[in-house]
Amino acid sequence: MTAPLFDRLREQLSPGEAGSGGQVSAETPVVCLGVQHKVLVFALTPDQLLPMARRLRDEFGFDLFLDVTAVDWPGAPLRFEVVWHFYSTAAHVRVRLKARVPDPDPTVDSLTPLYGAAGYMERECHDMYGIVFRGNPDLRPILLYEGFVGHPLRKDYPKQKEQPLVPYLPPQGALVR
Amino acid sequence: MPLSADPVLRPPIANPVHPVFAASRDDTTVVSIGPSHPATHGTVQIIAEMDAEKVVRTDVHCGYLHRGFEKECEDHTWHNLMPYVDRLNYCSALINNFAYCDAVEQLMGIEITPRTKYLRTLLAEYSRVADHLTCVAAQLMELGAMTGFLYLVTARDSMYEHLAALTGARVTYSYGRIGGLAFDVPPGWFRRLEEILADYERYVGMVHGLVDRNRIFIDRMRNVGVIDTARAVHWGFTGPILRSTGAPRDLRKDTPYLAYGELDFDVPVGIKGDNYDRYYVRMREMDESVYMMRQLLDMIPEGPIMVDDRRCVFPEKELVYTEIESLINHFKLVMEGPVVPAGDIYVAHEGANGELGFYCVSNGEGQPYKVHVRAPSFVHMGGVHTILDGYQLADIVTTFGSVNMIGGECDR
Repeated sequence: MTAPLFDRLREQLSPGEAGSGGQVSAETPVVCLGVQHKVLVFALTPDQLLPMARRLRDEFGFDLFLDVTAVDWPGAPLRFEVVWHFYSTAAHVRVRLKARVPDPDPTVDSLTPLYGAAGYMERECHDMYGIVFRGNPDLRPILLYEGFVGHPLRKDYPKQKEQPLVPYLPPQGALVR
Repeated sequence: MPLSADPVLRPPIANPVHPVFAASRDDTTVVSIGPSHPATHGTVQIIAEMDAEKVVRTDVHCGYLHRGFEKECEDHTWHNLMPYVDRLNYCSALINNFAYCDAVEQLMGIEITPRTKYLRTLLAEYSRVADHLTCVAAQLMELGAMTGFLYLVTARDSMYEHLAALTGARVTYSYGRIGGLAFDVPPGWFRRLEEILADYERYVGMVHGLVDRNRIFIDRMRNVGVIDTARAVHWGFTGPILRSTGAPRDLRKDTPYLAYGELDFDVPVGIKGDNYDRYYVRMREMDESVYMMRQLLDMIPEGPIMVDDRRCVFPEKELVYTEIESLINHFKLVMEGPVVPAGDIYVAHEGANGELGFYCVSNGEGQPYKVHVRAPSFVHMGGVHTILDGYQLADIVTTFGSVNMIGGECDR
């Protein structure tokens, strides 16, 4: 049931790639990575995201924004892999978009102009990984407090690290035996 | 920013939560509702701009439990996450459990046994009933309908005891395993289940009689917190909130998983997406779940509950003590964890509140490289201000109760 839609998506969103065996060239910047566990996956560059998401929503009916998150690969030339999931409530299929962004300036476009649901999830991703979503009107911390140093879900953030808002009290004589 | 900055030397923070707005007019007041307010369950804080009793706009902060769920996941084996995924939604822990197991099993290419498949479906529906009972009961209590609350909680309590008899824990069951279930159903469990379902119907029938056509209840619920389908989809709402707008979107029907493809059930929808519809959709959904459970009771076959796959299933204890291969197998599974092939996967189940998705990344080792949860409550918190704005202060209580926000899901 879903195969025709996937074929259509593949042909129209990354044209020219089907014949060339997945080879990346200048004409086919959006790379289709095929269907992985029932999800059609595309890899793209950050500046292709907004037009791609707009086409997905307007032309192919992917009206439900499911999720955005990032995967940290320290040491890779482009450190963060930002992952978006979309769902079509009419065709019941999912699409995953992936974009790699570098470490010192991990910036991608925000999808808040297209989906209201993106706002909160982008704030979470910004908190946890430090990805900057350009165009998000409200990128305040959501799970962490103002003044928290670092991003807890990055691989180089130690698991045991503590940042208490109120300094710990010195041990009191009556309690220390 | 340096990670080693000394927290003690940082300037003190007056108020860690900043609203997105100040009062926009002279005659409005910005008030803070919560956290830990009886009206807002859990850690939620709502900052509302009030024009007398009317809510002009709100800014919802979901709060933080400081549990560090996703960070902890990266430091444990795939097996050891089972208690953590339980605690995401403590009202329907088994759905979380099975969704996570499903994600890992699909990543490993494991097909679960038929008995496990039907048992998981049965228990997921059981959890959904318990979750909806909690939500509706809390909602009734917030409106002052104490009798309805007590009826529903009585029904739920026998379910909790029944599930505790099966899994050995009262709320955090940890019953799923990668490749199956922890243990089989004890004798007499199914017979007791039928009694509990009959009890449930009696209590829910009484609640229907108490509140469905109650003038006060309808006045507080009808035309409050209205949202239409297009806006609900725009804000990422799924589950009962989306269905209350009239859209029959249910992953159990749309993309069937487990045994849902073989079951006969309806997807109840509302009319206009207000509080009353959300209440009624939940009540009807519980009836459908019970109908499904009755079908499943006849379908569950005999057979093993674990697959025969040494990559993830522990060998029999007797063999561990007598055979060197099983001993090594056991040791490797405990120390290194089950080896999951490299790759990533997104698996979504229909949780009690909406689409519950697990995005797991494996780099081919025994520990997850990343586990991300698309938790329905967290997404709902992003759009809940659209159904709070424009109503009365007292409506925040009922509307927020109908969203069924779960603090554990808003955690990372």
